[in-house]
Amino acid sequence: MSAGTYYVPEQSRLPIWASLGLFLTVFGAANWINGNAKGPYIFLVGGLVFATVLWSWFSIVISENMAGKNSPQLKRSYVMGMGWFIFSEVMFFAAFFGALFYIRNLALPWLSGVGDGADNGLLWPGFEAEWPLLTTPDMAVNGDAATNIGPGQSMSFPGWEGMLGWLPLWNTLILLTSSVTVHFAHSAVKNNNRKGFNIWLGLTVVLGVVFLILQVEEYIHAYHELGLTLQSGIYGTTFFMLTGFHGAHVTIGTLMLFIMLMRSLIKGHFKPDDNFGFEAASWYWHFVDVVWVGLFFVVYIFG
Amino acid sequence: MAHGPAKGLTRWLYTTNHKDIGSMYLWFSFAMFFLGGIFALVIRAELFQPGLQIVEPNFFNQMTTMHGLVMVFGAVMPAFVGLANWMVPLMIGAPDMALPRMNNWSFWILPFAFAMLSSTLFMTGGAPNFGWTFYAPLSTTYAPPSVTFFIFAIHIMGASSIMGAINIIATILNMRAPGMTLMKMPMFVWTWLITAFLLIAVMPVLAGAVTMMLMDIHFGTSFFDAAGGGDPVLFQHVFWFFGHPEVYIMILPAFGIVSAIIPTFARKPLFGYSSMVYATAAIAILSFVVWAHHMFTVGMPIAGELFFMWATMLISVPTGVKIFNWVATMFKGSMTFETPMLFSIAFVILFTIGGFSGVMLAIAPADFQYHDTYFVVAHFHYVLVPGAIFSITAGVYYWLPKWSGRMYNETMGKVHFWLAFIGLNVTFFPMHFSGLAGMPRRIPDYNMMFADWNMISSVGAVLFGAAQLVFLYNVISTILSGKKATDEVWDNPEGLEWTVPSPAPYHTFTEPPAIK
Repeated sequence: MSAGTYYVPEQSRLPIWASLGLFLTVFGAANWINGNAKGPYIFLVGGLVFATVLWSWFSIVISENMAGKNSPQLKRSYVMGMGWFIFSEVMFFAAFFGALFYIRNLALPWLSGVGDGADNGLLWPGFEAEWPLLTTPDMAVNGDAATNIGPGQSMSFPGWEGMLGWLPLWNTLILLTSSVTVHFAHSAVKNNNRKGFNIWLGLTVVLGVVFLILQVEEYIHAYHELGLTLQSGIYGTTFFMLTGFHGAHVTIGTLMLFIMLMRSLIKGHFKPDDNFGFEAASWYWHFVDVVWVGLFFVVYIFG
Repeated sequence: MAHGPAKGLTRWLYTTNHKDIGSMYLWFSFAMFFLGGIFALVIRAELFQPGLQIVEPNFFNQMTTMHGLVMVFGAVMPAFVGLANWMVPLMIGAPDMALPRMNNWSFWILPFAFAMLSSTLFMTGGAPNFGWTFYAPLSTTYAPPSVTFFIFAIHIMGASSIMGAINIIATILNMRAPGMTLMKMPMFVWTWLITAFLLIAVMPVLAGAVTMMLMDIHFGTSFFDAAGGGDPVLFQHVFWFFGHPEVYIMILPAFGIVSAIIPTFARKPLFGYSSMVYATAAIAILSFVVWAHHMFTVGMPIAGELFFMWATMLISVPTGVKIFNWVATMFKGSMTFETPMLFSIAFVILFTIGGFSGVMLAIAPADFQYHDTYFVVAHFHYVLVPGAIFSITAGVYYWLPKWSGRMYNETMGKVHFWLAFIGLNVTFFPMHFSGLAGMPRRIPDYNMMFADWNMISSVGAVLFGAAQLVFLYNVISTILSGKKATDEVWDNPEGLEWTVPSPAPYHTFTEPPAIK
């Protein structure tokens, strides 16, 4: 394709099938959550359709690129698309970080009667604002009759002496290291060092998996030993929603990097000057890493 | 790429063509406009007289909710995306959108999402009944079971909007013909660039808000439950952090359309082009720091009330710049009053009225009086109906000859305009009075003292609805049997879209055009 002409693809069956798959997935999920016995099956069918479409969509994009059909302009469009997609993800997390900020700094003090607004102290007498919130307003008012129970213990920084056994610290080190290894992988592919690329990328995937295992370990510990669950008042809510969405993103990121590794190992994909599929996945990985650093400070250290 | 469109239904299902996708968006939006309009007429029929006549209060609430959701997410937003699909590549000299397959995906999610949303009307417990702003705990603790379907519908609509916006940004930043510098772009392209940025910034926040609802309803979290340490007001903050930029998402492209039409029919270039660009950007930036003016009465600290009051009033400065520029464009112009121009002039005047009532609402101490009254309903219908709807209508009349190659019936267009103009003012102007007198929003029954104004509003609503049937008939008869349009269509209009034949060929600008 010459430099002066543009890329306009042929018709494609992918979008309509992707829409159908996405619809069945969420329609099934909604039915499932609402207690309809057919829900899980619709969800599963939808998920399979959606996954199949994504698989073939990416395959087609990759083979188009391998066939040299992609002009520099189209490649720029893909780069921009990924960049703005990550920005949308940043804003999704911003909603949850913002909620945590609002709860900790404004809502809880007001609930305990501080401030010049309506006196919430009348509604929840005896409630004290604290963070981590172990005693919910319900517990403060209703004592043993309370249904909305706070956690037994929190996940916060245990102090210097308990630090070495503190999982979040290890998780932070793992993710920070993985950001470095994925960067080394990128440097290796740019230097046409296939072996180095595979090793560094493989190491990154391993670190991602280890992070997820430790995160599961932490959740089990929270549920079984700390009495900290998703239902443990606003502390449990914000803790599990923030770390849970982050964990989901790490899972997706690990999967992406794993697929990139397989593409390199099995198909020999990625060239020194043409590796955006991998680079996009590495951007995503750096993004989940940065989110974790934010989480580490506001959820764990100053939590 | 010499081939034309494929035959049959698969042309539409499998298409990657920006013109096909633009047309589908516009027809979808038109259909949703009538669906939302039917909901509105149910509301106005019930409110024709005090007392309960036609529907149950719960069904009335479902109607107000569905009317708002369908109009915002189904009619206005897809219409603007449809116009962007059709016009942005033509205006910047690009052959298509940057990511054509994703483009079709963005569209096809919408019919599924709205089928799911509309199906809630037939579910046990009925459709969502908590208002289009779905405040917790009405939308959580006290919601009907169909709320789960509503939440997932919002999720996939949001995915559609984000992908559409990413596509538009990539198109504008990457696909401009050589020589089409940013400051040479038509205003419609500029306003859409900024709108797309707003969409990518706030649609994920909306997804966050509905996800928090889902978790609170079904999985025992406490985001909006004070008993667990959460706060229902948190919902309003998250929602309006999305919701206020959303308001500008529904008006900035309108500014772009009007900025294209007024110069054509005033036969003068747009006055103050660069100030228009900067004003649009300023409005977009300010839109992120004004959200709590929707919540003056929830019990914010005085510092919050003051901050959001002043920040909101500040928006009237760049908006005033725009109004001034449109008026200055018309000043001493050789004006003619074809249908697109009539709708555009009505836009300038009536949007300004809506802007003024907005400044009134922005004054926090006064807002305590207006909050949740029909005055608010009057305000936002004055910015949305003559703002978004009139500009879309103007855009359709302005570009329909380019799309279809045929000229619409000017007399019928004028009839449409005057019916819609009179209908809208008769419907919404009295709401200022009933609102100031204290009539609350979202009630199926009301005090006898509001009876006269409500009856007038309902008559106006029927008139406005009838006007849209004229519109539909005019569009269809134009496409089927309108007179042949010239390539330029209008008298020496500005812009690359007028350099291609009418109707615009299936593929345009496969070689980049020369930019002056």
